[in-house]
Amino acid sequence: MTTTEFFQRDRTLHPPALTPGYKTSVKRSPQHALLSLQTSMSEITGPRFGHGDIGPLDNDLILNFAKDGEPVGERIIVHGRVLDESGRPVPGTLVEFWQANAGGRYRHRKDTYLAPIDPNFGGCGRTLTDAEGYYHFRTVKPGAYPWRNWVNNWRPAHIHFSIFGTGFVQRLITQMYFEGDPLIPHCPILAAIPDPEALDGLIAPLDMNASIPLDSLAYKFDIVLRGRRSTLFENRLEGN
Amino acid sequence: MPQTLNYLRETASQTAGPYVHIGLAPGAAGFEIFETELGGDIAGPNAAGERIRVEGTVFDGTGAPVKDVLIEVWQANAAGIHASPEDPRHAEVEDGFRGWGRVISDFDTGAFTIETVRPGPVMGRNGRMMAPHLSLWIVARGINIGLSTRMYFGDEEEANAADPVLNLVENPARRPTLIATRKNSDGAPVYRFDIRLQGDAETVFFDV
Repeated sequence: MTTTEFFQRDRTLHPPALTPGYKTSVKRSPQHALLSLQTSMSEITGPRFGHGDIGPLDNDLILNFAKDGEPVGERIIVHGRVLDESGRPVPGTLVEFWQANAGGRYRHRKDTYLAPIDPNFGGCGRTLTDAEGYYHFRTVKPGAYPWRNWVNNWRPAHIHFSIFGTGFVQRLITQMYFEGDPLIPHCPILAAIPDPEALDGLIAPLDMNASIPLDSLAYKFDIVLRGRRSTLFENRLEGN
Repeated sequence: MPQTLNYLRETASQTAGPYVHIGLAPGAAGFEIFETELGGDIAGPNAAGERIRVEGTVFDGTGAPVKDVLIEVWQANAAGIHASPEDPRHAEVEDGFRGWGRVISDFDTGAFTIETVRPGPVMGRNGRMMAPHLSLWIVARGINIGLSTRMYFGDEEEANAADPVLNLVENPARRPTLIATRKNSDGAPVYRFDIRLQGDAETVFFDV
């Protein structure tokens, strides 16, 4: 294994720490400039996961918490690839996801929204990408829900994603949104992203080709992690 | 027009939100779903080295504890080796040592605890040894993109003084924000490490 570094993160694609429209960021955002670090072994390495870490139903949110039936809601498949900025697949990496139920309620002791808990829906799952970087899971489409930010803010329907990659500095948490959701332009958390193309990159299109007739619709969501330099002339990490 | 480089662009980050536990620590959210939750055991049962505990709280800019934070830890083992194929010595890592884990703050107090082994020094760039440290990645509601920092050990004064990363912090008065204080002199070491997102003594965060 050649030890190579990552491309510099392009922070113009990401929301800055301070985004006053998303009020909680105001007192949770560092004000000093980040200290730029050339990466060392501590950053270019990262944890690896295997099939022993996950269970067979972990990528099926319709069945992984089913008690006396299946969850209510629009049945969907979410699928896509995890790639790096060079377009190379990221195989065998852990992808975790969590979401509200079809009514917009989270199964969380701190969520008190009046929409009901679905007894058959947990709302989380995980999977590993295959050799080509593909992942997929089955779930029900999450509902929109209100939240306390401005008086009348609603989150567009979304699924949270956590992705690892191969180095700890590729670690990423993001949210996937659904094509055509009229709440998207109203969301202060989405509006925190300054780059319109980067924002569009979080919106999954309906993918009729991947849908299952008479069963489930499908949405496609590709995820891009930071690229890794290929070794042309090595910038030696460990000196001479 | 020159040719096009055709690189893809990294997917934009979004906050982990208040319910990050559902996905990454569902037991804390209030339900059992996975056979094994990941990240509960950083060092595993066979790791060599000294067992340590780190206690701390993440504070916001008003000085209030952040009670919905999730911190991921990444570290080398006691011999300074990472359990990752990029580390040329990774095959020497103890069976069951992952060097990665996640902890969450207490919903009522904001206190978090990290149980692990003390990492060894790791070779840094240009042949300069880095003092023992934990790499930390912090996410929560209100944090738009995960924050990267390191925790060094207060009882490693000599190694810390020579550490190339600590020495990059231009204002020496900010370096202690990266150094945990040892709370006890005997028994298994317990360290105190608070993280301040903003304000006086704001923790040094990295762009790595």
